[in-house]
Amino acid sequence: MLFQQLINGVALGSTYALIALGYTMVYGIITLINFAHGEIFMAGAFIGLLMVSVFKLNFFVAMIIAMVFCMVLGVVIERIAYRPLRKSSRLSALISAIGVSIFLSTLAQMIFGADAKGFPENAFPVQQIHVGGADISTLQLLIIGVSASLMIALEFIVQKTKIGKAMRATSEDYNTAALMGINVNMVISFTFAIGSALAAAGGVLVGLLYNAVSFNMGLMAGLKAFAAAVLGGIGSIPGAMLGGLLLGVTEVFGVAAGYSSYRDAIAFAILVLVLLVRPTGLMGRKIQKKV
Amino acid sequence: MGEALQALLGNINPYLLQIIVNIGIGIVLALGLNVITGLTGQLSLGHAAFMSVGAFSSALLTIHTGLPFSVNLLLTGIITAGVGVVIGYPILRLTGDYLAICTLGFAEIVKVIFLNLDITNKALGLSVPPPHTTIPMPIMVWIVVILTIIVVSFIHNSRFGRALKAICGDEIAAEAMGINVARYKVQSFAIGTFLAGVGGGLYAHFISYINPSDFGFLKSIDILSMVVLGGLGSIPGSVIGATILSAAPEFLRFMASYRMLVYGGLLVFMMIFRPNGLMGGINFTEVVLRAIGRKPHMKELMKHEKPEQ
Repeated sequence: MLFQQLINGVALGSTYALIALGYTMVYGIITLINFAHGEIFMAGAFIGLLMVSVFKLNFFVAMIIAMVFCMVLGVVIERIAYRPLRKSSRLSALISAIGVSIFLSTLAQMIFGADAKGFPENAFPVQQIHVGGADISTLQLLIIGVSASLMIALEFIVQKTKIGKAMRATSEDYNTAALMGINVNMVISFTFAIGSALAAAGGVLVGLLYNAVSFNMGLMAGLKAFAAAVLGGIGSIPGAMLGGLLLGVTEVFGVAAGYSSYRDAIAFAILVLVLLVRPTGLMGRKIQKKV
Repeated sequence: MGEALQALLGNINPYLLQIIVNIGIGIVLALGLNVITGLTGQLSLGHAAFMSVGAFSSALLTIHTGLPFSVNLLLTGIITAGVGVVIGYPILRLTGDYLAICTLGFAEIVKVIFLNLDITNKALGLSVPPPHTTIPMPIMVWIVVILTIIVVSFIHNSRFGRALKAICGDEIAAEAMGINVARYKVQSFAIGTFLAGVGGGLYAHFISYINPSDFGFLKSIDILSMVVLGGLGSIPGSVIGATILSAAPEFLRFMASYRMLVYGGLLVFMMIFRPNGLMGGINFTEVVLRAIGRKPHMKELMKHEKPEQ
């Protein structure tokens, strides 16, 4: 029973983590809460659904197409709505992000309608596997597997490649990085592309997990993922992974303990409690107050 | 007197009247958030939650007691400010985005609690009986609006308001100047949530049906957009922002389903072309004085100087 819930929690948590990574990377570089990120997640889910149900593509191919589409979407959003505001107050950028978010979810509602759509039966063969008294579906294994490999790929890009080094330098100090000859605009676009691709993968996986894709799925998922990013310490990549998993597991355990009507509050209650004890999140760096 | 006022309003198109009331409620809410976010610089993403606290307490006061509406609103504001202080005291230690996400978290928690309480009729929502007053709603709302504008203007120009502006400008410098930052932050939060509560009470009796789901994240964002669109920290800005954003959905109604699409796009373009808000950087006193043909006095200008973000 415990093991069963743990698996459910990890599967849910890894989708939160996938979305949270996009929030945390963007925040780490331009200190913007990208409120449109939840809608990118939603767009990814819709593209994946479209590819599987209309174009009859293989599930994995559909997911890759969704990721590529959202990469472009993320870069375009940054170019149009955030780049002109980079020098102005952070709240203006925040409102701009909210505007994009409203725009995208309304657009999705107009194109796909207001009701939730499901993936076709044969999208992914779901089987139950018995392991030590727990029923694990192949779908959960898929979600955990895909999330884990994407996160490893991300860690590789950030730690081992040249562009990853540039990303870390930019998030350390934007102006100095620019002085060192790093093309900061390119790095920011790249960050948006990677974050959006991860969110799209998360969208397709969540769509498959709940078998429901709707225009407003981005809002709550985005808020919770953002909570996960802050919980782990915003700006920290391992923090986002940890925060996502922690939120997913607590939420599942909370529901299993009979608090299902408080489901959406559990994540935020954990967040508030952690922030009161550790104001910069679990793995966030201590911010030195400068005079 | 009530009947005479009612007859007076009878000549106005009810649809127009409804928009006017919506604008009034928007102004009260925006001015409240403006004290917290614009004046003190503490980003709150949970203003709608305090509005819901106000809406439900005001509705319950009307249902269970015979208090006149004005006392009801005052009590509602005090209750909401009490909740605001209880929530604000621990979380206002946090700064910037951590505070923002905490207020958002609390807002979601408040919503879920209201969705599960028996006294608020759970997810079914509450029908609100008409308020115990003879003054018609639109006039009541605008009396509150005018009182709010007066009070908030006093706050802006008082010693208290200057302390808040100092905190907004630089928290550490303010602390070094002997301003008790923690206390002032909680006090500004109390004022902001008081106004949110009053706005919620007016909203509840105007709409006459309230549901916890109406006060979600999007409502908070709506109010925040009013403040930022008008210009942070500016009272005329908040009034204009609230007017535009409360009326915009109605005037965009002819576009039917494109309405929210245009609204989202408008927010982006507004921010790109006037990133400091419509009234940002404009000194209202100066504009008024010049308009009536008087040279603005330097001291007047200093009083209204806005802290830079």
